[in-house]
Amino acid sequence: MTADAAPAPERLTHLERLEAEAIHIMREVVAEAENPVMMYSVGKDSAVMLHLAKKAFYPSPPPFPLLHVDTTWKFQAMYALREKAAKDAGMELIVHRNPEAEEKGINPFDHGSLHTDLWKTEGLKQALTAHGFDAAFGGARRDEEKARAKERVFSFRSANHGWDPKNQRPELWSLYNARKNKGESVRVFPLSNWTELDIWQYIHLNGIEIVPLYFSARRPTVERDGMILMVDDDRFRFEDGEEAVERSIRFRTLGCYPLTGAVESEATTLPEIIQEMLLTTTSEREGRAIDHDQAASMEKKKREGYF
Amino acid sequence: MADGEVIYETEALIAEDIDAYLEQHQHKSLLRFITCGSVDDGKSTLIGRLLYDSKMIFEDQLASLEADSKQVGTQGQGIDFALLVDGLAAEREQGITIDVAYRFFATEKRKFIVADTPGHEQYTRNMVTGASTADLAVILVDARKGVLTQTRRHSYLSHLLGIRNIVLAVNKMDLVDYDQAAFDDIVSDYRDFAAGIGIEDFLAVPVSGLKGDNIIAKSSATPWYDGPALLDHLETVGLDFDRRRKQPFRMAVQWVNRPNLDFRGFSGMIASGRIAPGDPVRVLPSGKTSTVERIVTMPALGGGDGDGDLGHAIAGQSVTITLADEIDCSRGDVIAAADAPPEVADQFEATIVWMADEPMLPGRPYAIKIGTNNLRATITDEKYQVNVNTMEKMASKSLELNGIAVCNISTDRPVPFTPYDDNPDLGGFILIDRITNATVGAGMIHFALRRSQNIHWQAVDITREAHAEQKGQKAKLLWFTGLSGSGKSTIANLVEKKLHAMGKHSFLLDGDNVRHGLNRDLGFTDVDRVENIRRVGEVAKLMTDAGLIVLTAFISPFRAERQMVRAMLPESEFVEVFVDTPLEVAEQRDVKGLYRKARAGELKNFTGIDSPYEEPENAEIRVNTVEMTAEEAAEYIVEQLFNGS
Repeated sequence: MTADAAPAPERLTHLERLEAEAIHIMREVVAEAENPVMMYSVGKDSAVMLHLAKKAFYPSPPPFPLLHVDTTWKFQAMYALREKAAKDAGMELIVHRNPEAEEKGINPFDHGSLHTDLWKTEGLKQALTAHGFDAAFGGARRDEEKARAKERVFSFRSANHGWDPKNQRPELWSLYNARKNKGESVRVFPLSNWTELDIWQYIHLNGIEIVPLYFSARRPTVERDGMILMVDDDRFRFEDGEEAVERSIRFRTLGCYPLTGAVESEATTLPEIIQEMLLTTTSEREGRAIDHDQAASMEKKKREGYF
Repeated sequence: MADGEVIYETEALIAEDIDAYLEQHQHKSLLRFITCGSVDDGKSTLIGRLLYDSKMIFEDQLASLEADSKQVGTQGQGIDFALLVDGLAAEREQGITIDVAYRFFATEKRKFIVADTPGHEQYTRNMVTGASTADLAVILVDARKGVLTQTRRHSYLSHLLGIRNIVLAVNKMDLVDYDQAAFDDIVSDYRDFAAGIGIEDFLAVPVSGLKGDNIIAKSSATPWYDGPALLDHLETVGLDFDRRRKQPFRMAVQWVNRPNLDFRGFSGMIASGRIAPGDPVRVLPSGKTSTVERIVTMPALGGGDGDGDLGHAIAGQSVTITLADEIDCSRGDVIAAADAPPEVADQFEATIVWMADEPMLPGRPYAIKIGTNNLRATITDEKYQVNVNTMEKMASKSLELNGIAVCNISTDRPVPFTPYDDNPDLGGFILIDRITNATVGAGMIHFALRRSQNIHWQAVDITREAHAEQKGQKAKLLWFTGLSGSGKSTIANLVEKKLHAMGKHSFLLDGDNVRHGLNRDLGFTDVDRVENIRRVGEVAKLMTDAGLIVLTAFISPFRAERQMVRAMLPESEFVEVFVDTPLEVAEQRDVKGLYRKARAGELKNFTGIDSPYEEPENAEIRVNTVEMTAEEAAEYIVEQLFNGS
């Protein structure tokens, strides 16, 4: 027995139960899949997922690599944390950039939704196929929007990465059926039952490092179509009459910088961020340009293989 | 308004003292519950109301909800809360939820995960899925319609999946003018039914999802109701983990953690009990013992609390433990308290819910996952199917989508388990198609079949034939079956007297007598009735091994059970004697006064009244007690017995 044994609870809190569930899910995948990988987007959900992976397999490092499907258009601060986080965890980092998108110079300014399709959707499929990954952890949560409320923890994809909402396996108790045929793969969502508040509170309680962009600071910005965009590098294309204006902003979600809207905020600490989140009246995905279609847009994207 | 205050306090705390709010939120427990009912009962409206009133809807969602409500809603210009929770596009068009959707909300006391499942019979598997992780079920009934077939089905399924907290939400009270008598009638109806299927307790709440009565706060429209509002109850009801924590320690090993030669840890989620360093443990199935050395967790990076080695851990936690001794232990094994290990077996009786379009077939091998074990399994015997609407038992040889049956199942090697009622983590299993890899069924273990325990057959020199020969007879089992009051016992008794007079060695196993001794631990539940027949069959078989002519008198209403006993014996030794008495005649005789009680509703599951009797199709001997006296029937049976052989 250790002298400084930490006191353990007699009743688990909701966060302790969510943590235990996520760890259980990750261990099941490692025990049953042949070649798992963790999707790592560098966002706050990925940060929590990575922390849970470290905890699940401690003292071993997580027995799978991290995969970042890069678009070349992420925030600079994300690239910086990506390298550091992988190194700290003792994990291999695989970065995949769709060579076709790279060659054609696909970018969010000229190519609209093609940007997401080629870099992210196609890029992800390419990476999974090229490395032969048969299980990929993702940080998606059921509370994000309606189509995800019904997503399974283990979500099966055909050999061409398609998702059929009518043909998903029932999930009972904590028993996950990870069996699959050759070529098929499974996306696994250990954070399915977490809410945005849970994510933030867990980051707060565990001192998990996140991209500084989540905290408010004065940053160069442009306001366009009701969205505040950050001028993150010199590839930013100003439209007529636009110029960078310093604003005190932060981000609720992170993606490609020209597609990600910021919020004006003075929140510089986690409790302040949580406070703002709880008192705000718009949902998290508002900040992402890709969702501004109809209600069924996410379902359509998932059928096509978007994470 | 009372509803508003609850929200306001939380909001004020968030605004004024976020640290205090976080401290409060951090310590909340988690309740998972399921809502059962159809769109017509206002289920989605009720959930939408909980989300709306607990401020889980954001302004942009609300804006789209308002737009959707006008476009496809069913509430005119008002907000249609149901649209909030109906997810996939196809479902929204059809106006029904066809899968399991999970919703999240929190109050000052708890965080909640709601499994929203469809109510129709063709979605039984979805409801079973949602119920498998729930601590509580909210069963909705429409105050205008009362307890319906689907109410019974939802209650039966919730109970089957082991949900111990049932809430009967009598919805749409606004449409019956909040009438207490209407509410009381429904509750009284439900109480009668619930007791019959083993639901010991439930809470009935009069609510209106549309108007919000008794959901977040007590409503002034129902002054006669003295129970809690729905949310009050959800916030305070006991959790299943509280129960599991008090059981002996058990943990299925998921993964062996071996970073180097100096460290070997066993990772898993604690299914029950509590563990601390120094505790003696036993590894199943090997039975090897050791003691817990450490409960290892990752040290905190930034000085967060709770990390480093744990002083103890409890049910529900995912841990890695190390043992003091180098003993074999790998994925699939169960580490348990040394003095209270779980059973290990390879044959079980279980209830199976079928979830695939392709029917379940006894004899076909399936993959099975139980705990952390992946094995192969076969359904060796389908004892009976349960009609989910009436709870009647029906004989059946296969199981269709959404069907539920009690089966014997056999695995290709022994596994540690606990009965499902004790612990779902070690007593629930899924069946997987070995070709498509789809999850095709889910099961709940009742008990191990005793013959499966590692007992080898002992060969004996005096054979069963030798025993019979010495007695100058052939062993037989005369299995009398028929309605209560048909005259089985009377006739069997007369037959035995005749056999005795003929110098035959016989023994009469009477139903009532057996229940005084061998089967004194069995009641009259479905499971117990099947076990009753199984034991009688086994005893009768031993007696025929000894060369006796055995007579049994049991109603034994199901073909499946009679078939089970027949299969235990060599061909030609089992003689089914159908004592054929029409129900009217048996009821008129009513020797024990049981029919009167059953008709008065004092006896449940009484064969012929509210439980079926399946007549034998090919009985070896049939006697009609309307045309024959008991004496004539006995005479006829003895004649048939010795003329036939």
